Amino acid sequence: MDRRNFLGKFTASVIASGGIIGWLLSGSKAKAATPEGYNPQDHYYGMGINIDQCIGCGQCMEACRTENHVPTDFFCRTWVERYTFKTDGEVLVENIAHNPEAITEKDILRSFFVPKLCNQCENAPCVQVCPVEATFKTEDGVILVDENRCIGCRYCVQACPYGARYIHPEKHVADKCTFCYHRITKGLLPACVEVCPTQARVFGDMKKGASPLARLRRMFKTHVLKPGLNTQPKVFYANLDGEVR
Amino acid sequence: MKQSLMKLPEPFIRLLLVFIVFVGFTVVTWAYVIPPSLKDRAYHKSTTIEREMAKPISYAGSSICFDCHEDTYDTKRSGAHLNLSCETCHGPSWLHSEDPLEVTPEVPRDRQGCARCHEYDTARPTGFPQVNVAAHNPDDPCISCHNPHDPEPLVTPEECESCHAEIARTKAVSPHSSLECVTCHETPEAHKITPRVVRPSKPNARSACGQCHAENAENPKAPKINITTHEEKYVCWQCHYPHMPEVN
Repeated sequence: MDRRNFLGKFTASVIASGGIIGWLLSGSKAKAATPEGYNPQDHYYGMGINIDQCIGCGQCMEACRTENHVPTDFFCRTWVERYTFKTDGEVLVENIAHNPEAITEKDILRSFFVPKLCNQCENAPCVQVCPVEATFKTEDGVILVDENRCIGCRYCVQACPYGARYIHPEKHVADKCTFCYHRITKGLLPACVEVCPTQARVFGDMKKGASPLARLRRMFKTHVLKPGLNTQPKVFYANLDGEVR
Repeated sequence: MKQSLMKLPEPFIRLLLVFIVFVGFTVVTWAYVIPPSLKDRAYHKSTTIEREMAKPISYAGSSICFDCHEDTYDTKRSGAHLNLSCETCHGPSWLHSEDPLEVTPEVPRDRQGCARCHEYDTARPTGFPQVNVAAHNPDDPCISCHNPHDPEPLVTPEECESCHAEIARTKAVSPHSSLECVTCHETPEAHKITPRVVRPSKPNARSACGQCHAENAENPKAPKINITTHEEKYVCWQCHYPHMPEVN
């Protein structure tokens, strides 16, 4: 067999085998499934957080870990920050999951808790920067990550102004709060809202007229975090202190 | 055609062949070998949504609990723990709701469960019931006195500081340390049982502070001020914090 002959046959066999493999694989191409009985266009989710109600018990963090199988104590999909304004002017911001030291009462001017989570931004920086389009916004307004497509490059972790993303230590892909997408699409509340003992967290569908979120937004002056970035978050804070970023 | 092709230099033809093979391989790989979920946006979104929605649920949500535990619902709905979800204390119970006999949710009977919310913490909002867990009847579990489904202070708190520890501690080291809370706050008995429904009074006029601080008041130690003309636009506590009055 001369070289030309070989090359010819080689080319033909590569194309043929590619075709066969492709044909086999194309058989497994499942029809893009739409979940039954749930129309995402009918919903648009948001969360409300009333700072004055939060007692910093940490039930939300624990429930989130259980519900979403967050493997470590260090990373959280949702977390609670303790803000402490000291009499000497210093402002301390600590994640209560990391057991911050108690501060002498005499040194505290004011102190409160701020629960945080992914803000499910309308203009999400994480979605813009993802080089492989693994993260995207659903029609009902939740930002999801395709863990099969994510290459773990951490661009989104850097891009998120709220620090809401982390790299999953076992899957090595970006992970974040999904508003418990598997729960809300079945009509349940996100796990953190479900267990919140003081209703500091409320949840609602913004396409519905009445919801605990609608009430919070009607009764309180609400703010979003870092409004100057124009990310248009869907997590609304009532009684938010200006120091909270 | 073949003649003209043959006229091309041989290295060029080889290169052309290699190029064709390369392009063909790429096209075939793109079209058939790469699974659709990796190149079709709509497809990868819908598979992700599907995968997210299929994740297992741990927390059943409290409405399902009351299908069976009606009596607890009736107790709870009238008490201070009205808004508390069952699973806040009893833990994730989806499996229990699926198979009530085989799987039983946890029943926290130790002090730590209650302490999680009710331990005194400076950052907790004022008025939220808090105790110093180490000092508050330390030998017994909370549930030996309090019904967690309808919690009430068992004995009416004798001291205001059982709940208002922060204010009590502030006041204790202030010039007002010798004053009783009731000197300024009229406190109905019911406030001790339902603290957030019945509230104590707050002084509403300058004369309240004037009892000691007016120029003609009897108390010799209290600094005196003309309570009519001194910053007359305001009431006293708009500038001074009565639990820790500034000594200037």
